[in-house]
Amino acid sequence: MAPTQKEQHWMYRNMVTSRRFEETIAKIYFEGKSPAFNMANGPIPGEMHLSDGQEPVAVGVCAHLTPEDVVTATHRPHHQAIAKGVDLDKMAAEIFGKTTGLSGGRGGHMHLFDADVNFACSGIIAQGMGPAVGAALSRKMQGKPGVAVAFVGEGAVNQGGWHEAMNLAAVWNLPFVCVIEDNAWGISVAKSAATAVPTNDVRAAAYGIPGTRVEGNDPFAIYEAAGKAIERARNGEGPSLIEVDTYRLAGHFMGDAEGYRPEGEKDGLSAKDPIPAMRARLLKDGAASEEELATIEAEAEARVEAAIKFARESADPAPEDALTAVFAA
Amino acid sequence: MTKSNERKLTIARAMAEATAQEMRIDPTVFVMGEDIGALGGVYGNTRGLLDEFGAERIRDTPISETAFIGAAVGAAQDGMRPVVELMFVDFFGVCFDAIYNLMAKNIYFSGGNLKVPMVLMTSTGGGYSDGGQHSQCLYGTFAHLPGMKVVAPSNAYDAKGLMTAAMRDDSPVVYMYHKGLQGMGWLGTEAGATVHVPEEPYTLEIGKAKVVREGKDVSIVSVGMGVHNALKAAKALEAQGVSAEVVDLVSLVPLDRETIRASVAKTGRLIVVDEDYMSYGLSGEIIASVTEHNISVLKAAPKRVAFPDVPIPYARVMEQFCLPNPDKIVAAWNDMKAA
Repeated sequence: MAPTQKEQHWMYRNMVTSRRFEETIAKIYFEGKSPAFNMANGPIPGEMHLSDGQEPVAVGVCAHLTPEDVVTATHRPHHQAIAKGVDLDKMAAEIFGKTTGLSGGRGGHMHLFDADVNFACSGIIAQGMGPAVGAALSRKMQGKPGVAVAFVGEGAVNQGGWHEAMNLAAVWNLPFVCVIEDNAWGISVAKSAATAVPTNDVRAAAYGIPGTRVEGNDPFAIYEAAGKAIERARNGEGPSLIEVDTYRLAGHFMGDAEGYRPEGEKDGLSAKDPIPAMRARLLKDGAASEEELATIEAEAEARVEAAIKFARESADPAPEDALTAVFAA
Repeated sequence: MTKSNERKLTIARAMAEATAQEMRIDPTVFVMGEDIGALGGVYGNTRGLLDEFGAERIRDTPISETAFIGAAVGAAQDGMRPVVELMFVDFFGVCFDAIYNLMAKNIYFSGGNLKVPMVLMTSTGGGYSDGGQHSQCLYGTFAHLPGMKVVAPSNAYDAKGLMTAAMRDDSPVVYMYHKGLQGMGWLGTEAGATVHVPEEPYTLEIGKAKVVREGKDVSIVSVGMGVHNALKAAKALEAQGVSAEVVDLVSLVPLDRETIRASVAKTGRLIVVDEDYMSYGLSGEIIASVTEHNISVLKAAPKRVAFPDVPIPYARVMEQFCLPNPDKIVAAWNDMKAA
């Protein structure tokens, strides 16, 4: 199963959009936060978790999804949100805490919800699992189409909630796929010190479902593995587990000095950056011309610029808006 | 003044120092939690411990709160004195069974034949737009459930004394530290929390409140960050010729109702400041502690300055609108006076 040329362009476009978005966020994030780093200052306050390097996972999976499919994402959600088609203007405005944001500034960067494309995320590790399994159950009970995908980090697989949700999905044969982004680090704790098995795909055996590991951050290989799992889910054959060997090019959060990384671990990491790699591959395979790629890149950049401009120019919420939307209208 | 008497520490350093000193004299004390090793704790309160004590006693855990907090209960019952960190109090939802059905109840279930000498330290508080899953206080939630002592220091002196006392206590102690008081610059830092801390080990009595500012017109009762807001409000009120007394609860369980009642008996007026949600929480408990005892001491209806009953909003303007601050405390006084 290989992506069509159109899908390849879509994947590259979304990877570049995600990267440009995060580069811009990273730059703006430090406005007002220097010389002394203070998380509360600047136009984008609070914690910020970037996904640079992990874009292939999001596009490889979401290339198979439509807006009616459900995605629950992690505390590092931007690449997943962009690939799922979350409104970029509203997403940027949410991150800036503006009234035009997805929730009017109530949720913020770790709590992006877009009901139009069935996207949600949580700042609590592994807690996207239950809601995704529930969405899959709901689809099955209502006879509605669509699959549910939960993205989690490899650290989340050590949470009780992860195992419980996997078992539910399996025992009820639900149209569900769990995608693990294995970036090898749970904040400062190496996977090898936190996880009893070298790779998490083997844990699928505990639930009697297929488990696959994609070695390498390769959008095409991820596309193939996700395609099989999603097709299986759509055919009523039950859940699957996919783990992708990915990496975060940056720290856990903006401001993370990464003192816990063994010396030299990041050496050569930028050479493994998946975006130039995909670009080279598209050219080599003749799937895109230099001109087409330049156009895609320019469009992505313009899209990000427009979203950031929209966010910057949007109004702050009224302070007392904090008291609304606690209950359903 | 000797050099030792002059030194000032942040709460983070005071907590780490207390832990290190106790670990040197008691081999049963060990620390576990997420990112408490090489990183030294997200809030700095285990910094330096891995270097001195090694990975056997300073134990990074997987992201598995149910397992490691449950394991701390088992280890505590088996003769160890674990200190475990729940990185954000907001994460309690994934592991509360281990906390309130095991840690808090096993002494009782054993008829007092078991000890559960463990410390559960956890960060509280917002103010830096970290959103509704990383900014709560939840004092009321933890203090409501019996079987756990609950402490919340407002400054480094108390932080060290409480930490040592908590590690020596044979009952479980929940140690709730406020992010904005830790002395980590990136969270913004309340300067008043960084105070002189003696080098030698000492304990603070758990369950004993402190009158941190004497006054005669109104008692402002609070805990943690709220104490600093109360002190700032008291200063503003002083400029208006109002003499405010500030009570730092220090401990939520046991709650020192006597000190609160004595203060309100003296001033006749009560304002409670709580960064936790307003309803069903600390503020109601403090007011009930006074009114059910002797309502006649009150010259005016008590007031609460607390977080409204909404999830913590992300956008700064909305979060700041909801958080207690000195102006709101002064406004509460003005309302009280006008009534």
